[in-house]
Amino acid sequence: MKRKHKRLTFVVIAMVLLASAAGLALVAFEDNIVFFYSPTDVLTKNLSPDRRVRLGGLVEEGSVEKTAGSTVILFRVTDLQNTIPVSYEGLLPDLFREGQGVITEGVMVGGVFQASEVLAKHDENYMPPEVAEILKESGQWEEQDNQEQGDKPK
Amino acid sequence: MKRVTYVLPLAVFLILALYFAVGLSRDSSVIPSALIDQPAPQFVLPPIEGNSGKGFSTADLKGQVSVVNVFASWCVPCRAEHPLITRLADMNIAAVYGLNYKDKPEAVLAWLDSLGDPYTEIGADRNGRVSIDWGVYGIPETFVVGKGGRIRFKHVGQLTAEKLEKEILPIIRELNQ
Amino acid sequence: MIVEAGHFALILAVVFALIQGTLPLIGAHRNNATWMALSVPTAVAQFILVAISFAALTYAYVTSDFSVYNVAANSHSAKPMIYKISGVWANHEGSMLLWVMILALFGSAVAVFGRNLPPTLKARVLGVQALISVGFYLFILFTSNPFERLLPAPIDGRGLNPLLQDPGLAMHPPFLYLGYVGFSIAFSFAIAALIEGRVDAAWARWVRPWTLVAWVSLTLGIALGSWWAYYELGWGGWWFWDPVENASFMPWLAGTALLHSSVVVEKRNALKGWTIFLAIVTFSLSLLGAFLVRSGVLTSVHAFASDPARGVFILGLLVVVIGGSFTLFAIRGPALKSGSLFRPISREGALLLNNLLMTTGAAAVLLGTLYPLFLDAVGGGKVSVGPPFFNAVFIPLMTPMIAAMAIGSLLAWKRGDLAQAMGRLWTALAAAGAVVLLVWWIVADGPVLAALGMGLAAWLFVGTVAELTVRIRLFRVPVGESLRRLSRIPRATWGMTVAHAGMAVVVAGMVGAGNWKVESIQVMTPGETVTVAGYDYTFRGATEVQGPNYTATRGTFDISREGRRVTTLYPENRNYPVEKRPSTEAAILTTFWADLYVVIGDPDKNTATGGYVTRIYHNPMIAWIWAGILIMVSGGLVSLSDRRHRVGAPTRHRAAPIGAAPAGVRE
Repeated sequence: MKRKHKRLTFVVIAMVLLASAAGLALVAFEDNIVFFYSPTDVLTKNLSPDRRVRLGGLVEEGSVEKTAGSTVILFRVTDLQNTIPVSYEGLLPDLFREGQGVITEGVMVGGVFQASEVLAKHDENYMPPEVAEILKESGQWEEQDNQEQGDKPK
Repeated sequence: MKRVTYVLPLAVFLILALYFAVGLSRDSSVIPSALIDQPAPQFVLPPIEGNSGKGFSTADLKGQVSVVNVFASWCVPCRAEHPLITRLADMNIAAVYGLNYKDKPEAVLAWLDSLGDPYTEIGADRNGRVSIDWGVYGIPETFVVGKGGRIRFKHVGQLTAEKLEKEILPIIRELNQ
Repeated sequence: MIVEAGHFALILAVVFALIQGTLPLIGAHRNNATWMALSVPTAVAQFILVAISFAALTYAYVTSDFSVYNVAANSHSAKPMIYKISGVWANHEGSMLLWVMILALFGSAVAVFGRNLPPTLKARVLGVQALISVGFYLFILFTSNPFERLLPAPIDGRGLNPLLQDPGLAMHPPFLYLGYVGFSIAFSFAIAALIEGRVDAAWARWVRPWTLVAWVSLTLGIALGSWWAYYELGWGGWWFWDPVENASFMPWLAGTALLHSSVVVEKRNALKGWTIFLAIVTFSLSLLGAFLVRSGVLTSVHAFASDPARGVFILGLLVVVIGGSFTLFAIRGPALKSGSLFRPISREGALLLNNLLMTTGAAAVLLGTLYPLFLDAVGGGKVSVGPPFFNAVFIPLMTPMIAAMAIGSLLAWKRGDLAQAMGRLWTALAAAGAVVLLVWWIVADGPVLAALGMGLAAWLFVGTVAELTVRIRLFRVPVGESLRRLSRIPRATWGMTVAHAGMAVVVAGMVGAGNWKVESIQVMTPGETVTVAGYDYTFRGATEVQGPNYTATRGTFDISREGRRVTTLYPENRNYPVEKRPSTEAAILTTFWADLYVVIGDPDKNTATGGYVTRIYHNPMIAWIWAGILIMVSGGLVSLSDRRHRVGAPTRHRAAPIGAAPAGVRE
């Protein structure tokens, strides 16, 4: 009887711990998950300025613009269908290049994506899978006729 | 009751493994399939600067079965698969086109000089834009295109002799009939 | 030729591993001494063969033999020799070869040093170890062969990612793998114990040194990786909760829990099933880390180039190893009887609390790491789970654990007295309170939680020292007597004290670096001065410099404080022509209280001014993190040197029947 009782104490403590950890995790998930969107998604979703998201795509050729005497960098991210202007203050990662895949994190304010973080992969022969998928999803090879196929890439 | 506790880890792990399996299958199948049985994208590429040839464009893909090999001189797997591409070209069962991805003309010319040039034509994609249209996301990649200009097969990564014998050659033969 | 010999040696190693993984296990089952004894020579032979194989690959790297595909893809003739060598394991294939070599190294170490192990246990441990090896050998030979030739050979190689050309990172994988793979021994012992149906104090003592070696190595490996990320990536951060980092952190949490729970098995003959479970989980998490990093299932800032075929193979391996061991656990686990009961307020109660919090922490990290995968698999969209999630979940879990650490080591085994323990901790409580007030006063506008965090670190540190003074009865008996007691304290206990004190230093460093970091990004023209956290940084301009295999823009920054010159820092922005990649080299001055960290970026758009984008960080107490980790590691080493835990030292008192009453527990 006593033995059972002791074991129960531990089970209860463990349960309480697990439950509070699970509760913590759920609350944290609610606030801290960042969705990954393409420029097209961002335009269609009409995001509020307090919603942090990740925007992925290609850095449009010729779009990177530095301002003299300031650390603000402007560029455009495209999925070859839609394009979003991005503003970022800081140092760009070593492998940030025009025409290359990029992932930025930030918020959408008045039509401009204010990025607080810019991530580029450490390998120029490699495109982030999320970006690769976005380019495929943008369906830009559908521009050419393939109505009869009806096999939209998804 | 006690036994259940001991089985729990196994159950949790099996569910995890299931998710991993789903994750893996998404990784390998979804991306390549997007282009299969679609017409090849529209493009016109110039030849490599300083090389003979007329370049490579969508029009070249009509009328015969073609293989499109995306390569670059700086890519080690491309060098490794080069003998297989050469072998395929020597069989004369399909036109083998090269799509030269983001490369310096002098570098690729030196590369072709030392390894041989098996390609019918090579298009120079210096900014990589056409490769994006082809859905290339790592090189090398190899496509098989049917007589009508539709993409029928795509292989991501380095070709192996086995892949060539067991998958690519049968598809080419089938398309040739 | 040498390369082919290496390939052949690897194939021979599989043969030996297969013998080692079958005959001794059957021999142990049938009680056939000859078959069991086979485990020792095969384990040694297996190691020698893999070592030959590894040496062959290293030779190909050192001589820049570009006819080997792996060398051509990852090395370059113009690379400094140290990075030619570290290039061997800076890629997928070579790192797997290092992995199996360490696996075989541990196996042969058990074979050679485990003379006191009962023959059946030894045969089973080595057998299980060999079976794991077989899985990885086949993985290498079928999907990741580093000895593949490339003909005709290119004139030069492609080079190694410049980010990886760094002394810290060169040593990061070997330590990490020593840790990951070291836990395989604990795993093999656990499986052997499940087969035998017997776990006792002697078993716990046999496992302990191996677990400690693995823990020390993993701790060092993680620290090296974090240190590298700090100075090499140029972001001024030291931990990013990146999936790859998490992959190494989860086994560390589980391994730390295992280290503590095995003490309970040793001293109190309790928590047996749980300890076995932890041994399986720790190694499983190591394997899971390998899977996540190499399969491309999760994307990360620093993943290996991924290949689905490899992913499928590793997943298969995971299912066999983890699924198999959990199945065995489900069948044999319930038969492991715990010898004794215990009360919540006791040393073992505190250790259990530590275990619960550690494993919950590991589970939370696992959840956060895998959640994007789950959501994607059910079509819920692509998400990323970043540092805010992990901080929000992890910190509340670790805070009570650190608070309990100081109390736990003061509680007696079996029946502790909480009031008495607290009574002995009044100095710690006073110190914590004083630190909170002091911090509050100094950093008036800083976050309140930071002050409390510093108080927590002080509580743990002073509490750990207080435990030592209680142990030697300082000021209660004459000083000479206290000193005599001090000299008699077992090394294992010293190890605990040192490691806990180190943890306190780490906590202080994390709190400081996490809360009081100051960052400043601006364009600076030559002669311009920026003040960050009381230090004046004057930019003197930038020049082009030539390195062995790179060119760089080097900036010069004079740093002074209140008019007194402190130092001059030279951050670089390097460009590696072979790899066609740039790399940022931060310049760092480490002082006791803070790191001064300067990064130089691109030139300003208006180049006529000679201005550059610069980033300056003031990172308070960040060096404490690594200093604290080194203290923890030395604690582990001190404990490892304990005579009682020396490899192979303990012997089982008498052969008791399966699942029987505890074997003798020595104090």
